[in-house]
Amino acid sequence: MSAPAATPDNRPFAIRTYAPDQLREALRRMYLIRRFEEGAEDSYMRGLIHGTMHLSIGQEASAMATCMDLTDDDKITSTHRGHGHCIAKGADVGRMFAEFFGKETGYCHGRGGSMHIADVKTGNLGANGIVGGGLPIAVGAALSAKRLGRRDVTVCFFGDGANNEGAFHEALNMAAVWKLPVVFVCENNRYGMSTPAAYATSVRNIAERAASYSMPGVTVDGNDFSAVAEAVHLAIARARAGEGPSLVENLTYRWRGHSKSDRNRYRTKEEIEEWMARDPIARFRAELIAHGVLDEAGADAIAEAAVSAVEAGIAFAKNSPAPAVTEVTRYVYAES
Amino acid sequence: MNAMSDAGLRVLSYSEAIREAMALAMEADPSVILMGEDIGVYGGAFQVTLDLVDRFGTDRVMDTPISELGGAGVAVGAALTGLKPIFEFQFSDFAMLAMEQIVNQAAKLRYMLGGEASVPVVFRLPSGSGTGAAAQHSQSIEAWFGHVPGLKVLQPATPEDAKGMLLAALADPDPVMIFEHKLLYKMKGPVPEGSYLTPIGKALVRRAGTDLTIVAGSIMLHRALEAAEKLAAEGISAEVIDLRSIRPIDHETILASVRKTGRLMVVYEGVKAFGVGAEISAMVAESDAFDYLDAPILRLGAADAPVPYNPDLERAAVPQVDTIEVAARRLARREV
Repeated sequence: MSAPAATPDNRPFAIRTYAPDQLREALRRMYLIRRFEEGAEDSYMRGLIHGTMHLSIGQEASAMATCMDLTDDDKITSTHRGHGHCIAKGADVGRMFAEFFGKETGYCHGRGGSMHIADVKTGNLGANGIVGGGLPIAVGAALSAKRLGRRDVTVCFFGDGANNEGAFHEALNMAAVWKLPVVFVCENNRYGMSTPAAYATSVRNIAERAASYSMPGVTVDGNDFSAVAEAVHLAIARARAGEGPSLVENLTYRWRGHSKSDRNRYRTKEEIEEWMARDPIARFRAELIAHGVLDEAGADAIAEAAVSAVEAGIAFAKNSPAPAVTEVTRYVYAES
Repeated sequence: MNAMSDAGLRVLSYSEAIREAMALAMEADPSVILMGEDIGVYGGAFQVTLDLVDRFGTDRVMDTPISELGGAGVAVGAALTGLKPIFEFQFSDFAMLAMEQIVNQAAKLRYMLGGEASVPVVFRLPSGSGTGAAAQHSQSIEAWFGHVPGLKVLQPATPEDAKGMLLAALADPDPVMIFEHKLLYKMKGPVPEGSYLTPIGKALVRRAGTDLTIVAGSIMLHRALEAAEKLAAEGISAEVIDLRSIRPIDHETILASVRKTGRLMVVYEGVKAFGVGAEISAMVAESDAFDYLDAPILRLGAADAPVPYNPDLERAAVPQVDTIEVAARRLARREV
């Protein structure tokens, strides 16, 4: 029906692919991830959250752009650095804070905390405390979809550290052998705790691993929303078409340390600052403004709304009841 | 045509009973699938899945690559998202390659997610010594999994229970591990037609007695029954309890028996130290049944060594009818 375009559309992939309200929602969730993690960090410093947490500040484009084509029926498996994935997939920050605060109203009723945050209703099968733990599970979720004749795909987030786990190799091999609808998304933030990926990994780019498992592999700038969205979009289309798995490697960087115990002895201040200058949220915001999706005032309003959402979430968590200590063994087994 | 027992019941072998359970479940429920190494045309290392691939096809009887960790993880992920996989480890020893997925993932997912997820996976594990397969193909590691909240651990001793326990495991919303003794696969016994569930967590008094209680499971049940028969000729009346389930364990049946006989012996094929016998002994020592004891509790388990190759050594490494008989006699005569 439509006439051939007079000139090619040279706008970034995201701008020419998604509706303006989808793009504004993506920016909103990226701000929400940033403010949520800052709020969690602050709450931790104030002693409201115990244990530890792994912040993904600086990696928001990877989480959000990866989830653009996913519905609640599609599944993700997440990692110990999974707050961003959870919010990108549609979770409520109030229930997330409640979980971090160990409250009964949290997503896991206070049993999981940051490292096991999940929201099964939006398809998030859970963060994972074990590096590589989610990789075979994602393949299993894709197997379910294929065997039960469902159209959903599974996106498996993992970090650069996981690419040297046996589970990674076994999972990719099986996904390829059985041609399953799964997309492996490596968030290469350059360090597995303190060990550089460049030191620990035998290939230059983790996406090169894909060749061993006969699947497409691509490395993209993980702080460029459009680059991630386009690569994952193609991989998801391939999965939905029954053509099997793909591997997408998002090159990114965590601004904060590995966890709360990190003293940043393995990297320089200059390196961190260099990456902070490539802030994925600022870049996406500028891109949306440049292409007329919103204006400065509109972007500011979205950013401010994220602050209020986080404040409301923290208030909800603070005011929520703790689990009864008599229920320590509840949820070990199904309740009859 | 199946053979018939004296009582007019159909007689099947232990492996035929397991196969019948799998076939019944697959006919009744399209979400039940089988996974494992060489379970298709080969029929499994112990021929338990023989011919099932012809009836149900390769989509439902899936040979996995030799990837125990990944394969178990795929089964966990599939169970999390709608399938009911029965995963066969070729030998129970190989489950050690998959401990991560069994213990960190399958067992804990429901709890970590606060009851918001279920992992209805069944792991089948050919187990035990007596086949000349030496240290890495002969172990009895069921007690290890008894230490893990979130798992259920079963040990059928008869064809009837082998079928009923597998069907009960499939009906259970939590992960269940079934340890099948390799020497029992050819053992024949009456097996009811159709579907029935052997209750999980219920021990069974297989032989009533008054002088001592012998708790044994799996192949040790048969050895204990044979020993009890010999002792009966000398006027020693042994009560023999088929443990059937290691987790959950049936406290009440064991305690009731000890209150009656005042003497307890636990016979198991796992290494004696830190095993099923320790748990049962402690359970009695911590209960009112302690006051009924007329003699120290006796444990009969495997030697403190890997399972040896030489047939005489292999036999000597685990409890046999004669060693059970001698120990039971000493216990009955208060010579311990």
